[in-house]
Amino acid sequence: MEEHKRNAYWKANIKLMLGLLSIWFLVSFGFGILFVDSLNQIQFFGFKFGFWWAQQGSIYVFVALIFIYSAAMKKIDKQYQNSDEEQE
Amino acid sequence: MDAQTLTYLFVFLSFSLYIGIAIWSKASSTGEFYVAGGDVHPIANGMATAADWMSAASFISMAGIIAFMGYDGTVYLMGWTGGYVILALLLAPYLRKFGEFTVPDFIGTRYYSTTARVVAVVCLIIISFTYIAGQMRGVGIVFSQFLDIPITWGVVVGMAIVFMYAVLGGMKGITYTQVAQYCVLIFAYLVPAFFISMLITGIPIPQIGLGAQVVDGSGLSVLEKLDQTIVDLGFTPYTDGSKSTIDVFAITMALMIGTAGLPHVIVRFFTVPSVADARRSAGYALLFIALLYTTAPAVGAFARLNFVETVHNTQYSDVADWFKSWEDIGLIGWADKNQDGKIQYHPGSAFQGKPTFSEQRNEDGSRSVNNQLTDNANEVYVDRDIMVLANPEIAALPAWVIALVAAGGLAAALSTAAGLLLVISTSVSHDLYAKTFNKGRPISDRSELLLARISATVAILIAGYFGINNFAFVAQVVALAFGLAAASLFPAILLGIFDLRMNREGAISGMLVGLSFTLTYIAYFVFVAPEQNHAEHWWFGISPQGIGMIGALLNLITAFFISRSTRDIPEEVRKLVNHIRVP
Repeated sequence: MEEHKRNAYWKANIKLMLGLLSIWFLVSFGFGILFVDSLNQIQFFGFKFGFWWAQQGSIYVFVALIFIYSAAMKKIDKQYQNSDEEQE
Repeated sequence: MDAQTLTYLFVFLSFSLYIGIAIWSKASSTGEFYVAGGDVHPIANGMATAADWMSAASFISMAGIIAFMGYDGTVYLMGWTGGYVILALLLAPYLRKFGEFTVPDFIGTRYYSTTARVVAVVCLIIISFTYIAGQMRGVGIVFSQFLDIPITWGVVVGMAIVFMYAVLGGMKGITYTQVAQYCVLIFAYLVPAFFISMLITGIPIPQIGLGAQVVDGSGLSVLEKLDQTIVDLGFTPYTDGSKSTIDVFAITMALMIGTAGLPHVIVRFFTVPSVADARRSAGYALLFIALLYTTAPAVGAFARLNFVETVHNTQYSDVADWFKSWEDIGLIGWADKNQDGKIQYHPGSAFQGKPTFSEQRNEDGSRSVNNQLTDNANEVYVDRDIMVLANPEIAALPAWVIALVAAGGLAAALSTAAGLLLVISTSVSHDLYAKTFNKGRPISDRSELLLARISATVAILIAGYFGINNFAFVAQVVALAFGLAAASLFPAILLGIFDLRMNREGAISGMLVGLSFTLTYIAYFVFVAPEQNHAEHWWFGISPQGIGMIGALLNLITAFFISRSTRDIPEEVRKLVNHIRVP
């Protein structure tokens, strides 16, 4: 891969990664720990909402994040590899 | 058939399965021994990773810990799952692209330094042995409690089984046995959880049952009822924590990045065919792990509720049989402080230390406790580890469920032990011998393979020694494994991928600072001055369990400043980094 294309690919990767990691941080350290007391004022299907995020919700989001990353990267890979092939 | 016979049967059947797989998948080259030839399907690798990761601690202890810690148990739930997000997004794909056999391989090559490789091997061996000792102990506990044979023999049988498939099959043998072990352990975990959720809430799915109404007509949800019940007894509410926010934050972070830095987990992602597979496989791994990890808080809450309702204010002569059978083994102890013949359960320890009993029983048949009594109102000692194991008995489930739980506990302990043994033996034969002592001079694949098998055997013997002797410090130093991985290996790998300017000098000094800081902090509070191990003495209010977060930060800061004031990396290393960044 040429240098400018490699840099563009890396940038796209980093952008996606940082976006997903902010969600990761928000649901676990945010909802589950830092804001847990205020969220606990809300009821959610028999759970205090903050408690639910801490012991259930965050884990579901973690699983989803990895699959989203994997699918989105596949797309980005394709985009860059495709344009590689066109040049050849 | 009674539970004992069924347990023998289930354990025998599952062990035969593991050995059968071992014979079928014998490794014939170092590539197969180290990384299973690199052609494991991502879903199979996901299952293997889940079994590799979920140890005796996850299977046996975690729900019990959550049952007694309530909200504070969150640190384990999020800490041991959230790490996979970091692993999948920041490490696994690039390490797969790098395409060698071990974690020290990456560190040694990326930092063009044998010293860096050896430092990584040392970290890896400390982390893995700390961890494996606990697994062998788990094997011993299950054997002695369910099969009624001495712990020593239990550990010996466990060692023999692991020897069969780890030494013969290497990574290839381990991978496919771990797939089988995952199936056994998850089935064994979910079946009792479904039954108990059904009994308490009428809803079979524990994740939903945890928020559902209790079927006793009170109109309260499980958690509301639990909060109310234990607050009445003087505990803090189940859904509130008693740890400080900063400590919960630090422990969760240390466990997450520690998880991402554990060599036996990372190495699993060397076994899939491509970078895209490594990403996908991490998703499956966490999915399979989440099945157990989202069930555990429900099991914990149900168990606590059941425990309080069965035990508190119950006449000893009327108490359920499981209470008496675990008392017989010494994992429950009762001292009738107010002499009313009833069991009272309140906060605080009932007496000092673990229960010791005198030969003679009390008039009501209970065992008489010799310990020095405390002056609070609590009369019950209960070992947290029994919650998962006792659950089928507490809920009066059929004998085959009890047998299943025993087989599941063994699967969890053996799969993790085997994975750890493999990374230890690989790092000795590959990193220390082939790459360091032999300085990369060619040695034949056959002799390296033989050496890997010999080091695996030695590692099993050492692990067995730890398991049989059951040193008390083992449980205390598990935090060490995560703290060290977080403070040493994780930052070095992360910077190796994302910081092009990071050089040998920066990475080595970073690892050494992170490692020594974390070791010193934990050693001080656990061994040197355990009486000071309270929040008022901790730095920033962070417990030894969470200090890996600070260790990792110090590592990053040191590495940054040292690398910026020393020479830039060689051109071929720059090429290597650019190479691993693109699949």
